[in-house]
Amino acid sequence: MSKLLEDILVLDFSQFLSGPYASLRLSDMGARVIKIERPVIGDICRTLYVSDVKIDGAESTIFHAINRNKESFVADIKDEDELEKIKKLIKKADILIHNFRPGVMQRVGLGYEAVKEINPTLIYAEISGYGEKGEWKGFPGQDLLLQSVSGIAYLSGNEADQPTPMGVAAGDILAGTHLVQGILAALFSRFNSGEGSLVQVSMLESLLDFQFEVLTCFLNDGYALPERSAVNNGHAYIAAPYGIYQTADGYIALAMGSITLLGQLLQCDLLYKYNEPTEWFDKRDEIKLILKEHLLTKKTKEWLHILEPADIWCSDVFDYDTLLKSDGYNVLDMEQMVYSGNKNIKTTRCPVRVDGEALKSDKGAPALGQDTLMIGKEFGL
Amino acid sequence: MHLPLKGIVVLEFSQYLSGPCAGLRLADLGAHVIKIERPQKGEAGRKLAIKNLWADESSLLFHTINRNKESFTADLGDPQDMQWIKRLIGQADVITHNFRPGVMEKKGLHYESVKEINPGIVYTEISGYGNHGPWKNKPGQDLLIQSLSGLTHSTGNYHDNPLPFGLGIGDYLCGNQAVQFILGALIRKKKTGQGALLQLSLMETLIDFQFEFFTTYFQSKRQHKRSAISNGHSLLSAPYGIYKTQDGYIAIAMMPLQKLNAAIDCEALTQFEEEDTFKKRDEIKAVISTHLLTGTTTSWLKKTQPLDLWVMPVLNWQELKEKQGYKILEMEQQIHLDDIEITTTRCPVRINGQIFLSGKPAPQVGQHTEHIKAALSLKYE
Repeated sequence: MSKLLEDILVLDFSQFLSGPYASLRLSDMGARVIKIERPVIGDICRTLYVSDVKIDGAESTIFHAINRNKESFVADIKDEDELEKIKKLIKKADILIHNFRPGVMQRVGLGYEAVKEINPTLIYAEISGYGEKGEWKGFPGQDLLLQSVSGIAYLSGNEADQPTPMGVAAGDILAGTHLVQGILAALFSRFNSGEGSLVQVSMLESLLDFQFEVLTCFLNDGYALPERSAVNNGHAYIAAPYGIYQTADGYIALAMGSITLLGQLLQCDLLYKYNEPTEWFDKRDEIKLILKEHLLTKKTKEWLHILEPADIWCSDVFDYDTLLKSDGYNVLDMEQMVYSGNKNIKTTRCPVRVDGEALKSDKGAPALGQDTLMIGKEFGL
Repeated sequence: MHLPLKGIVVLEFSQYLSGPCAGLRLADLGAHVIKIERPQKGEAGRKLAIKNLWADESSLLFHTINRNKESFTADLGDPQDMQWIKRLIGQADVITHNFRPGVMEKKGLHYESVKEINPGIVYTEISGYGNHGPWKNKPGQDLLIQSLSGLTHSTGNYHDNPLPFGLGIGDYLCGNQAVQFILGALIRKKKTGQGALLQLSLMETLIDFQFEFFTTYFQSKRQHKRSAISNGHSLLSAPYGIYKTQDGYIAIAMMPLQKLNAAIDCEALTQFEEEDTFKKRDEIKAVISTHLLTGTTTSWLKKTQPLDLWVMPVLNWQELKEKQGYKILEMEQQIHLDDIEITTTRCPVRINGQIFLSGKPAPQVGQHTEHIKAALSLKYE
């Protein structure tokens, strides 16, 4: 069986996370991805260190996680000769990705209209923070800032908490994911039309789409704002018991379920009086407060032994130390080793299996410009 | 409107969010999506409401996720109905289902048998935890998978309980990952005629979502810790986070500490070195928190934004809706359901400058059964 994107060539001008996450997925599907990086510094993510963890004391773990299975070609696009080389590469490419702020690619002569002249079948894909028009177009398209502007910070945490951002770069990852959807839809459509396309996604639109269910409630419910539950909020729009509770020795997660049934199973008399399902939403804070006190009286395992056989939607709450020791994690075979120069780095794999096979590749992130010469020869630059 | 997936037929055997949100995106891009529902009751998601909001006999939530689709009812236990389903499969390009492992096998609709009918089919299977291992029969519910995947240790502050994302990130992202691979598989099918089996789970999706964290964990062998104050991302240094001001909140992303100091004039920050911004992040963030309470959000934005520092106000949806930066995105659209108008959001991807809109509402149970049967009869005569 051939790979899904066999023979597809991607030129990736993007940096940090959103665009590189898109090209990572394309490379997982079998496309060849060449990072176009500027001399000396390269993708800024190379030196974006997180916490105090660096690989071999020098390189960013994040860079390695996002850029495995790609090549690196260095060129200074402000230099005319180098720009010519880039244009030759563009002629051969199927997909171009960038996530510069609006106007940057136009200024170097690589805006969509100009590039279309060079290669009319190219899929030209761009991610911005806030779209290319409007008051925020020149603002930094950074994940925390987009979460803050999009209203997402009012969905997690409890009622009394400050706005609480989601602790993973959801805006970057979702914009990258949506971009791949647009790219592949355009590539599919190219079979019929023979023409390329411009595909555009902004992080703000991506984060609004992520909230599509709850935003639709807002838009049809008199613009009522979300009210996070005061006790163990799991979702501002969902009834009790939805949330994570402390037990005698850890935590337990409880999703949707009947409060009456829970009361019986947990032998919690105080819950018996809530026998109207609408109360489970309207009175969720008082119900959850009762549950919160009650669940402290036994260990997580003891509660799970009672609830799981009754098919109540519940689970343990793991951190990485406990997750990685569990059979349920290990059976997924989510880890892979990649080789970058003389370094071995353990990372995760693509989450999708194709034709029964997990998609893995041991090719690590490229050193800056490591493929420049080889690509130059191959494409006669 | 040019629809890139025009002519593609998708049979959606899925329920709730993960599979149906994949179907929604494919529909928006032009595919003909047919929900296969059981007679009378239809998909289980019709009766799942959030905030007790209903559109008709089905919840507003169902209408949000299933607009722009058709409905075909069939009893998968009835041989005559199964004949129709098999005819439909013969005409389809894509199947999605998100039943627990084994259910489609029992109906005789697993990949091996469907492939016999239609070798080019792109068969997409979404599960909670994969098809093997101790969790395979556990409910594949979003909060539970957030809890088991370690995700709940990323949001909120150090002293908080494990805190879930207040949205169904596992369901939503899994559906979105599926769309990418369905499109990749359709592209391969165009070239080679091959069909594909695509398998993914919410658990694998949420592990991939945390790929930065896992890769860092594999290097350091240490569980990451949320910062005690204004946690925004547990791997990032001060000042990253959301802070209270005199009249609201402000989000501050990555920036050199002394640059921030120069802009907001906070004498107490001069005692910290840039290299301490991770190790001493709670001390530093405490200083910033106190200082930012002395001015309004607007006053801080005026001091920081002209210097291109990465800051933005924290908005709720009512505030966002009034902003020009939101309005120009044209993110809202109307769905026409008999005499009810529902306002919802649109697909976040633009192709050739065009947004994708459709006013077609979610179907009534079995609304299109007869029509589809008539069309199939013509094909098979």
